[in-house]
Amino acid sequence: MALNPKPAGIDWRYLRRRTVNIINLTASVLGTLFGLFWLLWILWTTASNGLSAISWQLFVQATPSPGNTGGLANAIVGSLIMVGLATAIGTPIGILAGTYLAEFGRKKLMADVIRFINDILLSAPSIIVGLFVYELIVVRLGRFSALAGACALALIMLPVVIRTTEEMLRLVPHTLREAALALGAPRWKVITGVAYRAALNGILTGILLAVARIAGETAPLLFTALNNQFWSVDLTQPMANLPVVIFQFAMSPYKEWHALAWAGSLLITLSVLALSIFARTLLRKTRMEQS
Amino acid sequence: MTSMPISLKAPSKLQVRDVNFYYGEYHALKNISLDIATNMVTAFIGPSGCGKSTLLRTFNRMYELYPGQRASGEIVFDGKNILSPRADLFRLRAHIGMVFQKPTPFPMSIYENIAFGVRLYEKLSRSSMDDRVEWALQQAALWGEVKDKLHQSGMSLSGGQQQRLCIARAIAVKPEVVLLDEPASALDPISTLKIEELIYELKKNYTLVIVTHNMQQAARVSDYTAFMYLGNMVEFGDTNSIFTNPSNKQTEDYITGRYG
Ligand SMILES: Nc1ncnc2c1ncn2[C@@H]1O[C@H](COP(=O)(O)OP(=O)(O)OP(=O)(O)O)[C@@H](O)[C@H]1O
Ligand SMILES: [Mg+2]
Repeated sequence: MALNPKPAGIDWRYLRRRTVNIINLTASVLGTLFGLFWLLWILWTTASNGLSAISWQLFVQATPSPGNTGGLANAIVGSLIMVGLATAIGTPIGILAGTYLAEFGRKKLMADVIRFINDILLSAPSIIVGLFVYELIVVRLGRFSALAGACALALIMLPVVIRTTEEMLRLVPHTLREAALALGAPRWKVITGVAYRAALNGILTGILLAVARIAGETAPLLFTALNNQFWSVDLTQPMANLPVVIFQFAMSPYKEWHALAWAGSLLITLSVLALSIFARTLLRKTRMEQS
Repeated sequence: MTSMPISLKAPSKLQVRDVNFYYGEYHALKNISLDIATNMVTAFIGPSGCGKSTLLRTFNRMYELYPGQRASGEIVFDGKNILSPRADLFRLRAHIGMVFQKPTPFPMSIYENIAFGVRLYEKLSRSSMDDRVEWALQQAALWGEVKDKLHQSGMSLSGGQQQRLCIARAIAVKPEVVLLDEPASALDPISTLKIEELIYELKKNYTLVIVTHNMQQAARVSDYTAFMYLGNMVEFGDTNSIFTNPSNKQTEDYITGRYG
């Protein structure tokens, strides 16, 4: 095949491509910087205000009444309890549902309906979930409770876990399932013995990100667990938690409360950051194993 | 066009009779009949899309997984029709193992890869399981390379080693037949050679059916060769006569056209 001789002089097409390339590159770098700028500002404000308010008292004393000193211990413990309980409720149900969608419901109407509803749930504002649980549990029990809070958080977590479980299981190559079936393994054994293992890190990542998401949720807790100024680990009673404490303290006119609100914000930010980093390393490990 | 079953030098392990296969409406296998000889290697050759894999996957009912795929006819194994809805799939797959084109190590250790299949059928003590794992790896000519790293991930092996691991895994459950769908096509020449040598060794104890695109490979490793074209079994006979003296024009064109 004869090639056209190279045209003499400037190659305009090349020049144009290069210019377009440079413009695009500059624009996307500027966009990134713009986004990063605000993010860093927020982090900086949180850190500088929060760090000064962090002390050992924070972790051992309960939230103070106005004008007194205190800590956030009850709110920290409350958050841990409710997030932990929500994870314990949301994870198994989410994994089971995600497994159904990925392994059994590829071409079923029922699965499509579930997937559609799950997508709606995924993007539903959390305040609506809060209201729903308020109607369902708080109104019936006649009081705010930690249990209701955990349920609301579980409901927010559930669609995330369902979605990631399904997606991660779908990424497991079909040949792997066939190989296990060809050995004579029954379906459930293929899923639990091979598919889950292959998708394990991905599913864990999804759970971690879901936990990170509910760790800072405020709206659903305002309607369910509310707040508690005192130590309480009773699940049927209102329970203190970081997001609502931050909300109330930040809105208050008291300086000590403001400082505690900043400290709480910093705590949440740091734990979400830690969860995300952990999730990313897990995901990176999976990618490396798969390649 | 279908050739009559020829007489084999060995008793037949599988008798395939008038098998038709459908992917939904698409008629992928048309009245296939042949016998698979015991402790011999039977190769399926033919252009891409002619139905080699499809035929192989009827032998262990792999297609079962997918709705819309169905087979008719008879494949007799141990006096029973594999294709019958009453056939016991798990027993069938214990007796007829399969190795795929792309190596498919499970995401677990080399040891566990092999123990996985064995545990489905047998409850072995720790030491008998160790023995079984070693035996299977030895059969697959992999023991020497992995004996010091049995607890490393099976995915950490090279492609050729992974494929031999998959062969070991299939053998560990002590099947009678091993189906191999282009087992070497994703491998380098040296690994390919190893697999071929292995196939040669394995046929002492197992009945092997191999799909391959590589004419020389078919000629080297197989005792019987089936040439397929557009879902038909065009010619089936012992490998020597198929390659030196094909009775069918299409077979000759295929064999010589590419590699003559
Ligand atoms: N899942 C499927 N759904 C529909 N048609 C299929 C499916 N799998 C294969 N076919 C068709 O069936 C025919 C036979 O396919 P098969 O995979 O058995 O060919 P093959 O001989 O193994 O080819 P290759 O050498 O490329 O692997 C082809 O025409 C193919 O398009
Ligand atoms: Mg094929």
